[in-house]
Amino acid sequence: MNWIITENNKPINLYDIPCLNINDLRSEIINLDKRVVGFFGQKVSDGVKLFVVMADDSEGKLYVSSAHFASGEKSYESLTQTIPAFHMFEREFFEDFGIEPLHHPWLKPVRDHKKEYPFFEIEGEEIHQVGVGPIHAGVIEPGHFRFMCNGEKVYDLEIRLGYQSRGVEELFISSPSNQLAESVCGDSVIAYNLAYSKAIEALEGIEVSNRAQIIRTIALEMERAAIHIGDLGAIAGDTAYLMGASIFGATRTLVINTMLEICGSRFGRGLITVGGVNYDIDEELSAGMLKTFDKVVKDVKRTTETMLKSPTVISRLERTGVVSQEQAKSLGLVGMAAKASGIGLDTRFDFPDKWYAEFEDKKFKATGDVYSRTRVRYKEIMQSFHIIRKLLAKLPEYKNEPLCVSQNAKSADKFVVSMTEGWRGEVIHTVITDNNGNISRYKIKDPSFNNWYGLAIAVRNNGISDFPLCNKSFNLSYCGNDL
Amino acid sequence: MILSLINLIILLFAPFLVIGVIKKTKAFWAGRKGVSIWQPLRDFVRLMRKDYVISETTSWIFKFSPMVTFATVIFAGLFVPMVQGYSVINMPGGFILFSYILGLGKFFSLIAAMDTGSSFEGMGASREACFTTIVEPAFFIIMASIIALTGNFTFHGLSQVIANAGGLGVLIIVLAVLALFVMLLTECCRVPVDDPTTHLELTMIHEVMILDNSGQDLGLITWAAGIKMVILESLIAALIIPMNLSLGYSLLAFLGVIFGLAVVIGTLESGIARLRMSHVFEFIFSMSSFALIILALVAIKIYGN
Repeated sequence: MNWIITENNKPINLYDIPCLNINDLRSEIINLDKRVVGFFGQKVSDGVKLFVVMADDSEGKLYVSSAHFASGEKSYESLTQTIPAFHMFEREFFEDFGIEPLHHPWLKPVRDHKKEYPFFEIEGEEIHQVGVGPIHAGVIEPGHFRFMCNGEKVYDLEIRLGYQSRGVEELFISSPSNQLAESVCGDSVIAYNLAYSKAIEALEGIEVSNRAQIIRTIALEMERAAIHIGDLGAIAGDTAYLMGASIFGATRTLVINTMLEICGSRFGRGLITVGGVNYDIDEELSAGMLKTFDKVVKDVKRTTETMLKSPTVISRLERTGVVSQEQAKSLGLVGMAAKASGIGLDTRFDFPDKWYAEFEDKKFKATGDVYSRTRVRYKEIMQSFHIIRKLLAKLPEYKNEPLCVSQNAKSADKFVVSMTEGWRGEVIHTVITDNNGNISRYKIKDPSFNNWYGLAIAVRNNGISDFPLCNKSFNLSYCGNDL
Repeated sequence: MILSLINLIILLFAPFLVIGVIKKTKAFWAGRKGVSIWQPLRDFVRLMRKDYVISETTSWIFKFSPMVTFATVIFAGLFVPMVQGYSVINMPGGFILFSYILGLGKFFSLIAAMDTGSSFEGMGASREACFTTIVEPAFFIIMASIIALTGNFTFHGLSQVIANAGGLGVLIIVLAVLALFVMLLTECCRVPVDDPTTHLELTMIHEVMILDNSGQDLGLITWAAGIKMVILESLIAALIIPMNLSLGYSLLAFLGVIFGLAVVIGTLESGIARLRMSHVFEFIFSMSSFALIILALVAIKIYGN
């Protein structure tokens, strides 16, 4: 076998992973025809080891394989030529280990700022460049956007990131903790912490109690709903639709304040820990939450329906920033952005999780434009509150279970992939342990890593004044990408 | 003399309150308390007490432009009929001078924006110039039609439409008010043409042209922008307020119209989104349509019988 098949959060022995010649691995990847979720290296004593994780979303399986580069080997034939979805992964691998993917069409720095960045340029009398950032007018993260325009029309957008690179993956090796996981990406605190905790629990063989699992799932859905509501407000704000901006802003506060009641942090910091959760949801709190969420659902429903009926809003959203289904598929977009282009990727439902088993992911009529990304958000908000309501009802059944169980022994030479569906899409943490059971490689893949290029494609042939709206409709993470 | 004084006081101080009323209206519709209606005045005082920073890449034009903008707006304001239809300068063909005085101010603000060398500001300047070229002919068609109707070559012709056209005059006035309202939204950069509250440079029109201005320069520019709004509102007021009111009633009616329009603008901004940039042209072209209908109506009135 050239692949070892595993599941989400199921550790495998490091030495069970097949190690192929890079050319064989390359043709295996092309033949397998699955979706790439991991493509990263690890320094080993005699060179670099390349791990590849491919996901089979219909079966809920993960295919893992690897290749070894001896110290002398400095290049290989790139996969991006055949499968464009690899393009960011190969750029990252090249940047981290200096092994060049030959004939890569777009081999530019990902996070490195030591080198000059070769921006793509169009020449012509009528063409002008507009550079935006890395410092922006709003209180947002740093990123540089370079537009090639003809008048108001954007021909090309190139996005340069990496301004926030903090070496997070190395920090996970030297001092792994829940606090660190929470701090990687501030708008996905729950998703990141959950991905980290689940990976560590899988490695240490910890069985988390049902009660803790339910509370975690509720928190994850609350995070999704809160951010989506905030984003609907931001989209309304960008179209200067004041009513939406104000009501969604106020409604989001209700949700994050409920999180504050649960764990003392509006963004859910400190709630999840390895082994379970730190805070309980008792019956009184649960009743209060249901009441608050009823109001939230009512407000969101009414406001979204009014907003999406307003002709001026519709005219801004429809056919703006279109990413077609083929483009989304070939670029390997994930999560919400993929759903909006008609690709139903959702690890909650694709990779069996017992708390989501009873829920069905309803079909979504996607058009790939800003309107579609707005509708996806609305749909997910409603879905999240539905899930929260059902799970809160289940909570009393598991009243006597512990919130947190203590840690077991470490396990050596393991490899585990932990996928959590954050509000943006799949947050993937891959952990490898050494022969002492300590973490020797920690790899994070944020959905933004796949989706930034989708934004660049979406903006093409749109008016430059619609860029902020397109950007807001994706709302990608800079720090999740920069790590 | 008293009327001149009243006009000047309104011209100089009403802008802050008009902007304040718009903000208050928007806050009301959003369910917020909102800032005091005096806040724009306080902001202005704060700006005037500040020093300014000027980019090294700019030339004298950049420094000169805020003064030109302010001076031209004040000068243009003297032509406009306000309380009791009185205007400080009243001369035949004044509306042409009025337009090109404003045009001069705009020209300077455009080249000052280009002067900074910023790609954003050049973009804003090109948008602003483009919108103005659509507004200008429509404005002239309306003014010329009204002159043809009333035989009065000053702005006072605006308030003599009913006297000259009777029932048809009501229709002309409604259309002219709509056209001037579109002009007001365009020239003063309000929703749906522009979003005055956005922080996104790429979508701005007027705001982006003054990104590099600070302190007293910025203060002068915002003041001038407010005055321009009051000027355009006064034109609408001249159309609908009868000339022969007593001073008190006229003053009340005039202030009612300019603050009423502020409430209308605030309400409009609360209820609709901003148009896509490529659709803004269609919106502004509606002014030309109104102007052409007015022209047709006037032609019917004059030659129809």
